[in-house]
Amino acid sequence: MSNLKETILNPILKGNPITVLILGICSSLAVTVELKGAIVMALSVTIVTGLSSYVCSLLRKTIPNRVRIIVQLVVVALMVIVVDQFLKAYSYTIEKQLSVYIGLIITNCIVMGRIEAYALGNKPLPSLLDGLANGLGYGIILVIVAFFRELFGSGTLFGVPVLSAIGYTNNGLVILPPFALILLGCIIWIQRSIQKDLQEK
Amino acid sequence: MNTNSNTYTVIYTTLVCVLVAAILAFVSQVLKPKQEANEKAETVSQILTAAQFGSKSEWQAMGNDAVLKFYKENAAQAIVINAAGEKVKDLSVEKIEIYSTSDLKAQNYNVKDGSKMGEAQLPVYIFSNGISVIPIYGAGLWGPVWGYIALKPDLHSIVGAYFDHESETPGLGGKIKDDPSFRAEFEGKSIDYSDEKPFRIVKGGAPAGKANAIDAISGATMTTNGLAAAIVNWLKAYRGYLESGSSAAAGNACTESVCETATEE
Repeated sequence: MSNLKETILNPILKGNPITVLILGICSSLAVTVELKGAIVMALSVTIVTGLSSYVCSLLRKTIPNRVRIIVQLVVVALMVIVVDQFLKAYSYTIEKQLSVYIGLIITNCIVMGRIEAYALGNKPLPSLLDGLANGLGYGIILVIVAFFRELFGSGTLFGVPVLSAIGYTNNGLVILPPFALILLGCIIWIQRSIQKDLQEK
Repeated sequence: MNTNSNTYTVIYTTLVCVLVAAILAFVSQVLKPKQEANEKAETVSQILTAAQFGSKSEWQAMGNDAVLKFYKENAAQAIVINAAGEKVKDLSVEKIEIYSTSDLKAQNYNVKDGSKMGEAQLPVYIFSNGISVIPIYGAGLWGPVWGYIALKPDLHSIVGAYFDHESETPGLGGKIKDDPSFRAEFEGKSIDYSDEKPFRIVKGGAPAGKANAIDAISGATMTTNGLAAAIVNWLKAYRGYLESGSSAAAGNACTESVCETATEE
């Protein structure tokens, strides 16, 4: 049981895919301009990593070793397209906003990384949890970054004026991707100063 | 079983591919009606927003059916015209026949290429309050941009506009869609065919007193240039229709000689 708890908590805190493993940086720069988009992206990635880890773990004993990456990619691509199709049908405006980035989940290192590192060597249920937890770990960082970028870049939260209502002048730099990198750097800094064992000697 | 033999690998990958293809085909078939309904309602709501019947967020809150119903009740007719301004056919208002974004894309090949202009078949949506809405389509910085311009019955005064894009930078080029103040600049402007470009988006601000120009978006030069080119191309394609309409509306404002030079161009 403690092992299971570890599986879930580790990717969110000590082994966070973005701040510790430095994976999935590209999309965390791209989709964090607005909170709403970031949350949908976080959910999509969580579902995709969870389900593809689960399916790959089910198949792990049958997958021919030489083509395993290709088989994994097919499974991931399947999940991504299904998620994309569902968003198109039930959340059309958000799908439009995220269009390209949903497709790019296929190339998100976190998904493939978790399948290679975990799902291929573990039972389906822990793999599902590991995938979901990694997606959540990714999502939390995404939401934190998006919160600051939307608040200081556009003066709004979820599109509702907050700072702009009290006469704040929008900061153009915050909207551009480089600021997300600066913000990520700050988050990593804070995390490492709290969790000292993450610091390299 | 030896999972590394060639036969096994080939059979396995084939099976996986066939299975995945079947799942995708099934999902696509099941969700298609809903997706198409979404796209159609989205297009209709963009047309209605351009014509100033309400704001985009209001349409979104109303839901697909309410948007389509509003269109049916308020559209007088929808027609397809050619570059000479003649009516080619009617589009049914009752069945909500409209040009989708991909239809506009197909027409854009005719519109942007002067030699194929004669093949263009372009929609005009006319509402019962006299407002006509025409679409535009073109290339932004990262992907297509398109939109709708609503005109008064004189067919050269702009009532409003709505633009959308596929992948412009959020916060910069994305403002053509997200920033209401950019769209609001179109209100009260007009199309001027005596200018080389019937409508202009000017970097650094429109000159005072120029009725066919608005201010560009700072930080989004490529997107606004693309949008301006799209507007100019499509307005040129609509010239026949808009000028015949405006001259009819303005009585004898168009003398014969002026109209001839117009058609020569």
